[in-house]
Amino acid sequence: MKEFLWLIVALPFAGSLLLALAGKHLPRLASAMIGVGSVALSAILVVLVGLDFLHENPAGVPFHQTLWQWINVSGFSPGIAFQLDSVSLTFIFVITFVGALIHLYSAPFMWKEEGFARFFSCMNLFVGFMLLLVLADNFLLLYLGWEGVGLCSYLLIGFWYKDPANGHAARKAFTVTRVGDTAMVIGLFILFTNYHTLNIRDILHAAPHTWAPGSRIAITTAFLLLGGAIGKSAQVPLQTWLPDAMAAPSPVSALIHAATMVTAGVYLIARTHVLFELAPIAQNGVAVIGAITLIVAGMAAIYQHDIKKVLAYSTISQIGYMFLALGVGAWSAALFHFMIHAFFKSLLFLGAGSVIAVLHDEHNMYKMGGLWKKMPVVFWTFLVGACALSALPLITAGFYSKDEIIWQAYASEKGSITLWLTGLAGAFITALYTFRMVFLTFFGQAKAEPSYRPGLGMTLPLVVLAFLSFAGGFIQLPDNMGHVTLFSHFIEQVLPAAPTPGTATTHAAAISATTATGATATYTAASGHAAEWIAQSIAAALSIAGLVLAYRLYYNKPFPAAEPIRGPIQQFFFKGWNFDALYDKVIVQPIVFLSRIDKNDIIDQFYTSLASIAGWFNKRLASTQNGKLRWYAMALAIGTVITLTILLCT
Amino acid sequence: MTIPMEYGLWLAAILFCIGLAGVLVRRDVIFMLMSVEVMLNAAGLAFIVGGAARGSADGQVMFIFILAMAAAEVSVGLALIIQLYQTFKTLDADSAGGLNG
Repeated sequence: MKEFLWLIVALPFAGSLLLALAGKHLPRLASAMIGVGSVALSAILVVLVGLDFLHENPAGVPFHQTLWQWINVSGFSPGIAFQLDSVSLTFIFVITFVGALIHLYSAPFMWKEEGFARFFSCMNLFVGFMLLLVLADNFLLLYLGWEGVGLCSYLLIGFWYKDPANGHAARKAFTVTRVGDTAMVIGLFILFTNYHTLNIRDILHAAPHTWAPGSRIAITTAFLLLGGAIGKSAQVPLQTWLPDAMAAPSPVSALIHAATMVTAGVYLIARTHVLFELAPIAQNGVAVIGAITLIVAGMAAIYQHDIKKVLAYSTISQIGYMFLALGVGAWSAALFHFMIHAFFKSLLFLGAGSVIAVLHDEHNMYKMGGLWKKMPVVFWTFLVGACALSALPLITAGFYSKDEIIWQAYASEKGSITLWLTGLAGAFITALYTFRMVFLTFFGQAKAEPSYRPGLGMTLPLVVLAFLSFAGGFIQLPDNMGHVTLFSHFIEQVLPAAPTPGTATTHAAAISATTATGATATYTAASGHAAEWIAQSIAAALSIAGLVLAYRLYYNKPFPAAEPIRGPIQQFFFKGWNFDALYDKVIVQPIVFLSRIDKNDIIDQFYTSLASIAGWFNKRLASTQNGKLRWYAMALAIGTVITLTILLCT
Repeated sequence: MTIPMEYGLWLAAILFCIGLAGVLVRRDVIFMLMSVEVMLNAAGLAFIVGGAARGSADGQVMFIFILAMAAAEVSVGLALIIQLYQTFKTLDADSAGGLNG
């Protein structure tokens, strides 16, 4: 089955091509079947390929598949080649499985929209590029996927292109991520000039032998790659594009701006973990950026009134957690949170999309309310997602993934008390804004009537994702409760285990994630179980405190159905810490000013005058072409006479 | 008796000018086509006169060429005139001035 790895990538591309070429002439049902079917088939293939991969080599030896040589120029020979290991398997599982559910949801959601086939064409194209990104075995192919998903993000944010604001949001997303991409591509140039290859495996093998830990070139490269990750994953200071990207249809936000594309930065850092371990400063930078981001975005989320913007800031904040985990070397915790976050955040986006759709495109939470009785399925699934996001202890998957990160921020040798406290503060803020959203949207006085009830096509993905947000956490339990390490063992086939001071981590080799009996590895934290219990209790208490505070402030309160009145500080947080205004002042306006004064310099004047001279001649000569046949004949005759006169008289 | 070459050439020149004047003055395309024919024959006459003066058949050969060319030109011209009439319902050449710059 493993040989069909290429088909996983090819199917969405084929669906996209088919819809792009023939979409106009296909009935809606056919478009939906191609769009949903291609991704669903990919998801089935991923399961088959994944099982085959796990059965054949329990040790997790990466599987390579080279399709063809892409370029071959003087030693530079990247191929169209895929590499399947436990990290990429996790990613392609999430991409295709969550992707298929979101595609299924999109079919009824987008049914009445113009450009139905265009929508599915772009969505399929996105899935294809995203799979290319995580399966690529060299950085060039990875970069192709990287830019491809950026393109699809642009196309889908501007899906309702008739409103200029959406087009503006799309351009902003493209431009801001481009800042990071430029840094990343320079990093790739450095890698190529040093190693003469872009093959990821070769570079990661060679790097520890050629670059000394902490050397300047390693730090530079790691920071440049980090720049790319920051742009794509919307971390401070390049986070400004993601809240605006909410102009996209809700399924797009769920798929691209919550579950998959924005976590590409997490993938990049995890994939190049060797480089980051060679550059401790850069890795520390990852943790600090993550910590700052999760607070900045969390605070902004509390003051939003647009339900999708709450979720957007929440996504930025949760990816901040993943960066924090990467930065302290808790690689598997980061990827675990990525997976669980993909489940519950896409669930929340789809739920919010249903609410927005049945309330006639109403985004303002203050104009909703009392929906829990009227939309029970959406409410209960949304509540499960909200509990997972706020990491309510013991029952939710979000608790197990986030607790792991907060614990590692303290316990890892790269962690610190500051990072740990930031993570805890973030947990409190998360619970507060999440339940503020739940209470405002679903409780209190009803201010609008739902126009219809979402059908099975929309509720089924919600239920499946809600189940995963609840049950997904039990594949990885902390060692003081249950001690299940299916996920971390699976990931640690590729990525190193979290560096815990003192004790060496020992693994029972050859543990298959499919056979649950293999989870017998010993993994003891030096700080002991007591410290972990205390840390977990604090985290749990803080998330419950956030819930209670939200309950006290927002449950059943008679808010007016309008935008709330904000003081200057609230306005500051509402505007996302005024990053947009800052960038406008510092970057945009000076550049616009410079280009304005530079508009009429001597070179421009030269070329403008050339153009105006040509224009003058054009006017004169055009007037001789008056369309009168006799006039032309006369001109011919006069010309002949003049020519003859000159010939004869000289 | 022989006619001096100059006479023939003058006749050709006068015929040519009449034809040219017809092309320039007339607006009816059929008359314009006829005037073009007059100009062609004037040129042919000049060839024949020149050939006769030199005692060679070259001028007459050239006239055959001109005749064949004129026949082809007339067939194309008449087809164009029919098209013009069908499109504009008139034979006025000035009415087909849609290509003015």
